[in-house]
Amino acid sequence: MEPFVTHAGRAVPLRRSNVDTDQIIPAEYLKQVSRTGFGKGLFAAWREDPSFVLNQPQYDGATILVAGMDFGTGSSREHAVWALTDYGFRAVIAPRFGDIFRGNSTKAGLLPVILPEATVAALQDAIEADPATEVVVDLDNRVVRAEAAGIKAPFEIDNYTRWRLMEGLDDIGLTLRHADEIAAFERSRPSFLPVTA
Amino acid sequence: MGRTLAEKIWDAHVVRSAEGEPDLLYIDLHLLHEVTSPQAFDGLREAGRKVRRPDLTIATEDHNVPTTGIDGRGMPLTSPTPLYGPDSPFADPVSRTQVETLRKNCAEFGVRLHPMGDAGQGIVHVIGPQLGLTQPGLTIVCGDSHTSTHGALGALAFGIGTSEVEHVLATQTLPQVRPKTMAITVNGELPAGVSAKDLILAIIAKIGTGGGQGYVLEYRGSAIRALPMSGRLTVCNMSIEAGARAGLIAPDDVTFEYLKGRPHAPSGAAWEAALDYWRSLPTDADATFDHEVVIDAATLSPYVTWGTNPGQALPLASSVPDPASFADPGDRAAAERALTYMDLKPGTALRDVAVDTVFVGSCTNGRLEDLRAAASVLEGRRIASSVRMLVVPGSMAVRAQAEAEGLDAVFTAAGAEWRSAGCSMCLGMNPDKLAAGERSASTSNRNFEGRQGKGGRTHLVSPEVAAATAVTGHLAAPADL
Ligand code: SF4
Repeated sequence: MEPFVTHAGRAVPLRRSNVDTDQIIPAEYLKQVSRTGFGKGLFAAWREDPSFVLNQPQYDGATILVAGMDFGTGSSREHAVWALTDYGFRAVIAPRFGDIFRGNSTKAGLLPVILPEATVAALQDAIEADPATEVVVDLDNRVVRAEAAGIKAPFEIDNYTRWRLMEGLDDIGLTLRHADEIAAFERSRPSFLPVTA
Repeated sequence: MGRTLAEKIWDAHVVRSAEGEPDLLYIDLHLLHEVTSPQAFDGLREAGRKVRRPDLTIATEDHNVPTTGIDGRGMPLTSPTPLYGPDSPFADPVSRTQVETLRKNCAEFGVRLHPMGDAGQGIVHVIGPQLGLTQPGLTIVCGDSHTSTHGALGALAFGIGTSEVEHVLATQTLPQVRPKTMAITVNGELPAGVSAKDLILAIIAKIGTGGGQGYVLEYRGSAIRALPMSGRLTVCNMSIEAGARAGLIAPDDVTFEYLKGRPHAPSGAAWEAALDYWRSLPTDADATFDHEVVIDAATLSPYVTWGTNPGQALPLASSVPDPASFADPGDRAAAERALTYMDLKPGTALRDVAVDTVFVGSCTNGRLEDLRAAASVLEGRRIASSVRMLVVPGSMAVRAQAEAEGLDAVFTAAGAEWRSAGCSMCLGMNPDKLAAGERSASTSNRNFEGRQGKGGRTHLVSPEVAAATAVTGHLAAPADL
C-alpha cells in the first residue's frame, strides 16, 4: 500500500448525502477479477449526466472528493475504493462514512477524513467559488487546510490507523508477527465448534 | 458488571489485545463467493501464502450466476454445472470467468465449494444457517455486507471488504475495533398480517440509514422472541441498512430447535457441551447498552419504501411524502432527489403506485417460509397481466423443498417464473434486471438508484405484499385482495 502522509490537491464537491457503494460503482462493473481498471465504472450512472460534477472541466484532475453525509453506505464492495483510487482520488472528506467503506479505504490507501457538516459545507462552498482552491489533507498533523479560503480544520483518526497509513503497512504482515498467539488461541478452541470440511 | 451478548462473543475471540491497537479477533467461519474473493486469492498467491484454515472456510456461487438454464431443460442436475459448451447457462463471458476463477481458486487452495447445479448451492447467507454452520457464539465474516444475517442465531457476524477477506484467508483473524452496543427492544406483539420484513423496515425508518453506525444491534423484546428463525434472519439481515455492521438475537429454544439435526450442528456429547455454552451467551440482566431504542410492535403495519434508501419507508396505508415536510435540509434534499428518481408525486397514495415487476427472493426473503407466505397469497389467483413476477429461491435446497410442497406449481399457475437459486434481481448483476424506468416491488433489501438495473425503481416489501402487489398490479397487502 502506498504511504499517505500529506496530500495537496484540488477538490471536487459532491453535494449528495447517502451516496451508497452501488452508486460509487454499480454491480455490472464488479465482474472483473483484477484489482485495477475500476475507475471507468466510478459513479457510472451519474456520469452519463453532462452536468454531474465529475463531468465539469473545472474539476478535472481533482484528487480530493468532498462529499455529503453517510458516504459509502451499503454494499461491502472494496471495488468502490478501487474505483475512487483508480480514478485518481487520494482522500474523501465527509461528515460521516459507512463503516465498511471506511475500513476498506484505510486498507487500500484512500484516506477517509471525517469533518463536521458545517466544515464540509464551507469547503464545498470554497471549491465551488474557486475550483483552483488548493486543499491540503495533512495526516501527519491531522488537519485539513484550504488556506485561500481561510479553512483549517483538525480531524480525528486513531493513532494505529494513522501510523499504518503513514507507513503504508500491510495488515497481514503485521498480524503474522503474532502467529504464535494465533496458534495458541487455536489450541484453546472448544472441540464442538463446526468445521466445513 | 454484566456483559451483553456481543461483548461475550467478542471477549471469547480476542487473540491479542494491546493498548492503542484494534483487538485481533479470531474468526470461526469464513464464507466466500465469486465477486469479492478473486483479488484476495491473487494477493495470497503473490505473497506465497496459503489459506490458514480451509476447514473453517466455505464458498458458494451466488451473486453473478444465471438463474435459468441450469436445470430448466428437463436435464438432470449436474454438479458442477458446466461453464462451457451447450449446457452452459452463461451468456456473459465476463461473468463466466468470475465463476470459473472461484472454482480454480477453491481447487488450488483446498476450499469447499458449492457450485451452481450442486444441491448445496445457494445465496451465501441462506446456506450457512441451512447447513448448521451458523451457530450461536461464533464469529462469522464474509465479503458481503449482509453477513449480519447470521446474527439471527446469536453469532457475531459482519461484512468485510476484499483486503479483509485476504487477511482472514491468510491468518483466520481480523484486527477490529470493539463496537458499541445498541439494544433495539420491540415490545408487544406484531399485529396479524405484519411480518418480520415490515418490522425491520419500520426500525430502519425510525433510526435512519446511519443510526446504527459503529454499533452492534441486539434485537430484544417479546416481539423478537416470538419470531420464527426465518423472521429473525430477515431482521438481522437488514441491520446493515441501518448502518450497523452486525445485528444479533440471543439464542433460545427457537435457535436450538432450528439447529438440531442440521448437517454441521454438533451431536451427542458435543451437542450438550455446545448447548451449555450457548445458554451462557444471552445478555446479562445487569449489562448495559450504549444506546437503546424501544418500539411498540402493536403500532406496526405493512411497510413499503418510497425512496432510494431503505430508511425512506412508510406504512403502505400512507402517501408519498412531501419533501417540504422534512425538517432536516439534508433529508429534504434527499427526498427531492429520491422522488425525481422514483418518478413519484407527493401525496400519491402508496397503494396507487403501479409496478411492472415483482421479485421474491434474496438473502432477506428467499427462504422456504418466505416462499410459503407468497404462495399462500397467490394460491388460486393470477398475477396481473401487466406484471412480470420472478420467484428465486435462496438456495437449491429451498427450491427442492418448495417443489416437494408444490409451491412451484402455485407460482407457475399464477403466472410467475420459477427460477434456480442465486442473488438474481437483488443486485442486477446477472441477466435478471429491471429495464430503465421499470418499477418493482421487491422482497430484497436495497432500493438504491439502479440497484436492480440501471434506471430501475425499487420498492422494498415483504413477501406477502409482493404477492398481493403482483395480483393487483399496484402496491397492495393481502387484506386488499
Ligand atoms: S441476495 Fe442480495 S443482498 Fe443478499 S448476498 Fe445476494 S446480492 Fe447481497
